[in-house]
Amino acid sequence: MSALLEVDDLRVNFPTRTGLVQAVRGVSFSLGRERLGIVGESGSGKSQTGRAIMGLTPPQAEVTAKKLAFDGIDLLAAPARQRRALRGKRIAMILQDPKYSLDPVMSIGRQIVETLRTHEKVGKAEARDRALAMLEAVQIRDPARVFDLHPHEVSGGMGQRAMIAMMLIAGPEMMIADEPTSALDVTVQLDVLGILDKLVSERGMGLIFISHDLRLVSSFCDRVIVMYAGKVVEQLKASELRDAQHPYTRGLLNCMPRIGFERHPLPVLDRKPEWAA
Amino acid sequence: MNAALSIDGLEVVFDRFRALKGVSLEVKSGDTYGLVGESGSGKSTLLKAIAGLVPAASGTIAVNGKTLGARRDKAFYREVQMVFQDPYGSLHPRQTVDRLLQEPLAIHGFADGEKRIQRALDEVGLGTGFRFRYAHQLSGGQRQRVAIARALILEPSILLLDEPTSALDASVQAEVLNLLEEIRRRRKLTFLMVSHDLAIVTHMCERLMVMQNGEAVENLTASQLIGHRVTKDYTRNLLRASEGFVRTA
Repeated sequence: MSALLEVDDLRVNFPTRTGLVQAVRGVSFSLGRERLGIVGESGSGKSQTGRAIMGLTPPQAEVTAKKLAFDGIDLLAAPARQRRALRGKRIAMILQDPKYSLDPVMSIGRQIVETLRTHEKVGKAEARDRALAMLEAVQIRDPARVFDLHPHEVSGGMGQRAMIAMMLIAGPEMMIADEPTSALDVTVQLDVLGILDKLVSERGMGLIFISHDLRLVSSFCDRVIVMYAGKVVEQLKASELRDAQHPYTRGLLNCMPRIGFERHPLPVLDRKPEWAA
Repeated sequence: MNAALSIDGLEVVFDRFRALKGVSLEVKSGDTYGLVGESGSGKSTLLKAIAGLVPAASGTIAVNGKTLGARRDKAFYREVQMVFQDPYGSLHPRQTVDRLLQEPLAIHGFADGEKRIQRALDEVGLGTGFRFRYAHQLSGGQRQRVAIARALILEPSILLLDEPTSALDASVQAEVLNLLEEIRRRRKLTFLMVSHDLAIVTHMCERLMVMQNGEAVENLTASQLIGHRVTKDYTRNLLRASEGFVRTA
């Protein structure tokens, strides 16, 4: 299986008044047509990794890598025009909160149509039909009604489904989902994950699932990368999470309360300076 | 009667929307009581109604056997304090920790402020080194500790906790939950805790109430929940959801 995405020694640095902040410090992995989870706590660099791949790093930051290639295209050397063509068309991204990531003054349908017509030459009527079909694919019961609604008129779960529809309509080969369900209620979370899972496997896409929730990621992904302080501390198969070696991974798994496992007090992480070294 | 908090038929109405539809509950002194539900279920509104932050349309709230009026008096706020969800939003950005902690002391006319501030900071594991810092100089977990210290400084008997750890990382969450348990044990406090996370509620609480659409769905003990001895479908759904994603072939 040839890799869809190859990342070798990715670094993201932010120059600040008080010196260089190294958000990502030498991350390497490759992604095929599979589900890869990136897990870490706030500040671990997981989101900046996703954003660097997408090309959404803020302009003042420096992104370097020995290799950052999507389907053979060197992303760091590619001109802005080519990157724009990739973004949304072949690489898509789902963000955390539909309340902030959808355009508040545009109807949901128009936003989906806009994405489609940016990347493909299709007529208005056809675009509308395809958007409606896509809304149906994300299990929105009354697509024609939701098409004309504005983002503030729909619930969080519905908004996130619309977001998924918008990202999938151009038929991307790779999707980066940055905490796609963290803003949703637990029961809605599972519905949205189910939809995402079905569409990703039907279309044979590669998925990078970024989350702080190690347990959720391991139940959803094939492989998991654990990040700490900008580095990958452990890479393992989701099914082998129980046998995690790194004390950080084990600590992260342990410190969450679980129903039916009484532990008072909860074990806490004893952060070792050498983890960040 | 040793009910620290008893609520009977509480209704909260915003314009025409009924956010709470006649909710009743009783929390024994020294207990930790959990409120679980999705967003919009009314669990936070219930806490705010107790704290007097939203007006009750009808129903009664009694604290330590004393029924509350429409306005809360100073004595009430010495008994009942609240910790909010977002430590970034609940601390004044331009006040030092010292100033934040002095405010409740000044309002209630405590003379031994110096000693109390030191003790409160020690109690939440921050130490006096944090006394003259601003909120933006602290991490999320440290901020939530400051918020807890501010609630404790008046030595209340009841703490209202509105999702106290949902804005925190998992490892920090464990630290804050341990801190809350330890304080409760040491000071014999009563907790009323809102969370959307069943695992946290069963970890912290002896009893809990599941809420949906402003109504109580079910009253349970933690052991009933752990043993999956629940009667309502809604609770069952929540339980299943808390077990994580399961791929259906």
